[in-house]
Amino acid sequence: MSGLCRSRRALTRPECRTNHPQRPVADRVRQKEHAVRDVRDALYVARNTDGQVIRRPMSPHLQVWRWPIAMAVSICHRVTGVGLSIGTLLLTWWLIAAATSDSAFATVQWFLGSPIGLLALLGWTLSLTLHFCSGIRHLAWDAGWGYEPRAYRLTSVIVFACGIGGAALIFGIGLSVW
Amino acid sequence: MSDSRHTPRIEMLRSPLGRARGLGSAHSGAVAWWGHTLSSLALVPLTLWFVCGMTRLIGSSRHDVTDWLYRPVPLVLMLMLVLATFYHMRHGLETVVEDYVHQPIVRLGALLAIKAVTLTLGLACIVSVLRIGLL
Repeated sequence: MSGLCRSRRALTRPECRTNHPQRPVADRVRQKEHAVRDVRDALYVARNTDGQVIRRPMSPHLQVWRWPIAMAVSICHRVTGVGLSIGTLLLTWWLIAAATSDSAFATVQWFLGSPIGLLALLGWTLSLTLHFCSGIRHLAWDAGWGYEPRAYRLTSVIVFACGIGGAALIFGIGLSVW
Repeated sequence: MSDSRHTPRIEMLRSPLGRARGLGSAHSGAVAWWGHTLSSLALVPLTLWFVCGMTRLIGSSRHDVTDWLYRPVPLVLMLMLVLATFYHMRHGLETVVEDYVHQPIVRLGALLAIKAVTLTLGLACIVSVLRIGLL
C-alpha cells in the first residue's frame, strides 16, 4: 500500500479514501476542511467507535436526489413564497398610488398594463395560487391529515393541478374583463 | 504516521458541553409556528376575497378604487389582509434565511433587513388604506 495513495489523483481510488495512515497529500488537501472554527462547525465533530475524532457525515444536498413530486411541491412552496413577498411591492405601490393622486395611479395602471407588468402579474397570480393550494395542504398536515405516502403523492399532484388551473382561470377572467 | 493529521482540529478552547450550551430549544418555537399557521388560516378567505375584488377592479379608475375602499367592509378586510400578509411574509422569509444563510453577519443582516422591509411596506399599505378609507 505504501506510496500508492500519495498523489492527488489517488484520491479518486476507493482504497485511498479510507482513513489510511499513509495519505500525506490527501491530508494536506483536506486539512483546511478539517479546521473547526465556529460553534456550529464544532458540533459536527465527534468520536467514532474506535475513539478517533472524526467529522460527522453530512447528508448530501439537493443535486444528488431524483425529483419526486412531493419534493418539487415543497420547494415550489418556498420559491412561490419568496415570489409573493417580492409581489407585495406591487400591492404597496398600487395602494400608495391610489391614496396619492390620479397621475400616480395612472402610472401604476400603465405599468400593470405593459408587457412587463402583465408578466409580473402572471407570475404573481401563479405564485399566489400555487402557494395557496400548497398552504392548504400544510394546514391539512397540521390537522394531522395526509401523511400516508399515497395521499402525499396524490395531494402533490392536486396542488400543482389546482395551482396552475386556478392561475389560468384568474388570468383568463382578468384578460376577458380587461 | 499517526491519525492526528486527518482528524479535525478544534480551534476553540471550549468543552463539548460549553459548545452545545445555548444551541438547544429557545422555548419560543411553538409561538412562531402558531402565528404562522393562524395567519395562513386567516389568509385563506382573505386571499379569495382579495382576488375577487381585484378582478372586479381591473381597468377601473382611481375614483372606483377609492370608492370601493371607502366602504367599511372592504376597508376592514383590506386592513386585515395587509396585516396577515406582512406578518406571514416576515415569518416565511425569516424561515428561509435561517435555513439557507449560515454566515453569521449575512444572516443577521438579512434577518434585520426582513424585519425592516416588511414593517415599512406593511405600514405604508396600512397608512394608504386608512387615508383612502378615512379621509
